Amino acid sequence: MGKSVFRPYVESEALRSDRSARDRLRHRHKVREAIRHNIADIVAEESIIGQSPDKIVKVPIRGVREYRFIFGEDAPGVGTGTGDTRPGQTVGAAPGQGPGGGGPGQQPGVDYYETDITLEELVDIMFEDLDLPHMERKQLRQIEVESARKRKGFRRVGVRAHLDKRRTAMARVRRAVASRAGIPQAESELRFPFHRDDLKYRRLVRDIRPQSNAAVLCIMDTSGSMDTMKKYLARSFFFLLYQFVRTRYRNVEVVFIAHDVQAHEVSEEEFFTKGESGGTAISSGYLKALEVIQERYHPTLWNLYAFHCSDGDNWAQDNPAALKAAQALCAVCNLFGYGEIKPLNSGSYGESLLRVFEALTAPNFHSLMIEGKDQIWPSFKEFLTHEREAETAERGA
Amino acid sequence: MTPSWTLQDLQQWDERIRARVEAFGLSYFPQEFEICDPEQMLGYMAYHGLPAQYPHWSFGKAYERLKTLYHYGVSGLPYEMVINSDPALAYLMRDNSLCLQILTMAHVYGHNDFFRNNFMFRDTRPEFTIGLFKLHADRVRDYVEDPSIGLQQVEETLDAAHALSLQCRRYGAIRKLTRAEQEEHALAAAAPPHDPYARIHKRPEYQAPDLSRVPLEPEEDLLLFIAEHNPYLSEWQRDLLRIAHQQAQYFIPQLETKIMNEGWASYWHYRILNSLELPESLYLEFLVHHNQVLRPQSGGINPYHLGFKIWQGIERRYDAPTEDEIRQHGTPEMSGVEKLFEVRQTDRDVSFLRRFLTPALMRELDLFEYQREGDKLVVSKVSDEEHWEEVKRTLLQNVGMGTVPVIRIADADFRHNRVLLIEHEHDGRDLQPEYLEKTMGYLFQLWGRPVLLKTRLHGQPATFSRTESGFEQLKS
Repeated sequence: MGKSVFRPYVESEALRSDRSARDRLRHRHKVREAIRHNIADIVAEESIIGQSPDKIVKVPIRGVREYRFIFGEDAPGVGTGTGDTRPGQTVGAAPGQGPGGGGPGQQPGVDYYETDITLEELVDIMFEDLDLPHMERKQLRQIEVESARKRKGFRRVGVRAHLDKRRTAMARVRRAVASRAGIPQAESELRFPFHRDDLKYRRLVRDIRPQSNAAVLCIMDTSGSMDTMKKYLARSFFFLLYQFVRTRYRNVEVVFIAHDVQAHEVSEEEFFTKGESGGTAISSGYLKALEVIQERYHPTLWNLYAFHCSDGDNWAQDNPAALKAAQALCAVCNLFGYGEIKPLNSGSYGESLLRVFEALTAPNFHSLMIEGKDQIWPSFKEFLTHEREAETAERGA
Repeated sequence: MTPSWTLQDLQQWDERIRARVEAFGLSYFPQEFEICDPEQMLGYMAYHGLPAQYPHWSFGKAYERLKTLYHYGVSGLPYEMVINSDPALAYLMRDNSLCLQILTMAHVYGHNDFFRNNFMFRDTRPEFTIGLFKLHADRVRDYVEDPSIGLQQVEETLDAAHALSLQCRRYGAIRKLTRAEQEEHALAAAAPPHDPYARIHKRPEYQAPDLSRVPLEPEEDLLLFIAEHNPYLSEWQRDLLRIAHQQAQYFIPQLETKIMNEGWASYWHYRILNSLELPESLYLEFLVHHNQVLRPQSGGINPYHLGFKIWQGIERRYDAPTEDEIRQHGTPEMSGVEKLFEVRQTDRDVSFLRRFLTPALMRELDLFEYQREGDKLVVSKVSDEEHWEEVKRTLLQNVGMGTVPVIRIADADFRHNRVLLIEHEHDGRDLQPEYLEKTMGYLFQLWGRPVLLKTRLHGQPATFSRTESGFEQLKS
C-alpha cells in the first residue's frame, strides 16, 4: 500500500470557500417566505402581544420542512436504559407538535423546525404582507422642531463669532489684486487693510425638520361582562394598531382609557389587568378621550387614532350620548374604530352597539365584529383599508 | 490557533497505524486526509462530506441547524468525517489534540475497510463517487442557469424528488427484472401447474394474465418509474429525478450499516491504539475520548456503543465460548477475528442485530421499548425473559431503511384514467398524516395526474387521494 496523502490546512482557502453561502441564503429566503405565509397564525399566538420590540419570537416554520413518507408518532422505538428500567416508567416527553424534535425520536430526516425572529422583524413582515402604500404625511400636521441650526451659505453682516476668517482673508486678497490692476511689483511695499466689504460671516439657518406625531387612544370596556378571552382579543387588536402606527410616525404616544360607568386614564399594565366590575356607559370613555385630546393632543399637531373595544353590552339610555360622542371623535381623529368582541360560545349575545353605530356615516369610522383569535388579523386588515379610504377622501376634499 | 502537532507528526503516526492495520489484516482504499477548521467541518457535514454537490436550500438548512446546535453546545463536532470513495477522503479537525488525531485516523481506517469490504457497498463504485457528485452538481447548475428553466423550477422539482428519493428498492442483491422478464413470470404464474392426471381431471380454466398492466409487478423505485412513465415531464426534470435517485442509492448502504460500521471502526481504533504502545499521557487521553464516544445514550441508541458491544461479543463467543454456549451451539468452527471479517462482509444492520444481538447483551444494555402515551414516552417492554424478542423486533424495525415505509406503485393507469395507485405495505405502524399529505402533493406534482394511496389507519383500511382540488381521505 502506498502512503496516505495529507493535505494541510490552508487558511486562505478556508476564508475563500464558503460553499454553503448560497444555499443558506436560499434557505433564509424560504424561511421568511414561510413566516409571511403563516403570519395570521403567528399573530394569533398570545405571546407577541404587549412585548418589547426586541423580544425574540419563536416561529414554527412549516414551509421549509422536508417532507417524506414517515411513520407516525405512535410507532414504538427502542432505547438504552441505565440498568433498572421498568415497564411503565416515563422516559421522556413525547415530541410536541409534529414528529421528531427532542426525545428519543429515531426517525431520520424528520425535524420540527423553528426559527427566532425579533418582534420588530415580525411586525415588519406583517406590514409588508399588508401591502399598504405609505401614507403621505399631511403638511398641516407636521410640526416644526427647532432642534438644531445648520450652516447655509455666507453673508456680509453677522456677529463676530460667526466670522469666517479664511473667506474674509481671501476676499481681501482678491480686492487687492483687483485694485493693482495687473501691476505686480508694488505688492510688498503697500499696506492693504481690511475693508468692511471683505468681512464674511457664516449664515446659520434654523434646521426645520418635519416631524410627525401620532397618538393612539385605546379605549376599552372593563365592565363585568368583559372576561379574559375578550380582553385578550382586545389586546391583540390594540397591539396591532399601536405597532402599525409606530411604523408610520416618528413619535407615537399611547393613551389607555378604561371605562365602566366612569372612565379613567390608566397605565398599560392596569389597562389589561384591571378587574372587571360594574355596568357600562360607553359615552364616558369617549368623553374622556375627547378630554384627553383637548388637553394634550391637539388635532392640528397630532395624528389621532382611536379604537374602542367592547362587548356591546351598553346601558341602553347611554346609546344616544355614545353616538354623539363618537361623532365628535370622528371629527378629530384620523381613524376611529369600534370593535365588538363576541367570542363564539361566550353566551353573551345580548345588545349590540353595531346597530346603534349604523347611524354613523363618517368615512373614517369603522366598526367590526371580532369573534375569535383567527379573526383579528382579517379584521385589522379590513380596518386599515378604511384608513386608506379615509385618506383618499380627505385628499380629494 | 496553532495546533499542538505538525503534519510530520501525523504522517509518522499514520505510518505506525497503517503498519498495525495491515498486520491485523484490514484492507483499505488509499487514504487521503484533509485538515480543516470547524467552519469547514460544518460545511462538509451539511454536504455529507462531499467536495462537490448540487445547490439546494436543504443543505443550507442543514448547515444552519448544525451550526446552531454546535454554537449552543448541544452537539459537538465529529472528530472526523470520512466518505465512501476511492481514494477514501477523510477530514481531520485542525483544533483537535494529537491524541484525538491518532484516534481519528485509526477510526477512519476502520470505516475505510468497511466501505471496501461490506457487500452493501459493492455496487457503489467508490472510484467514481467524487466525479459523480461533481457531474450532478454541474448538470443541476446548468439547469439553474438555463434561462428557460431557472432556479425556481429546478428547486420545485428537486424538492419533490428529495421527498421520494428513499422510496426505492431495498435489496440490491435481488436483480430488478426487465419488462420482458416480468411478462414471462406473469405468464408462467398464470399457466396451470403440471398435472400428471390431466386426462381424468377437469381442465382448469386458463386465465390469461393482463400484460397491459403498468407496472406489471408492484414497483418500488418511485422516482425512476415516474421519470420513465410520465410523458409530460421535460428531459431536465427526468434528469433531476434520476440524479436524486442515484444519490439516494449512494447513501442507502450507509444508512443500512450505521451500527455495524461505527461499531467496526470503534472496535478497530480501540485495538489499534491499544497495540500502538502510546506514551502514558496520550493513552489516558485516548481512554477518555474513547469512553466519551462510546457512552450509552440514555433513552436512545448510540450506534458506536451498540455496534462496538456486539462486535466484541462476537469475538468473545468465538475465541472463548463458555461451556453453556458450546453445549448450545457446538465448538466454534473459526477464530474470533475470522468470524469478525466474515460478518463485516456479509451483513447489514438488520441481519447483524438479528444474528448477534443476544438476549444477554440486550439485558446488559438494558434495552427497552417505549411507546407514546399522551404527551409522554413510556416504557412498554424491557428485555426480560418474556419480552426481549418483541423489543428486538421493534429495534430491527427502527434501523436503516426500516424507518422508511414501504410504498409501491400498484397501478399507473388505475381505472384507465392514468391515476397513480400506490400501496403502503402496513407493518403495524401508521403513516404520519401531515407528512403523508405533503408528500402526496409532491407525487401529484411529479405525476401530473391524481394519486391514490392505500394504507391502514388506526387498524382500518384507508385510501387517500390527491387531485387538482386537493388532498382528502376517501370514504370506503
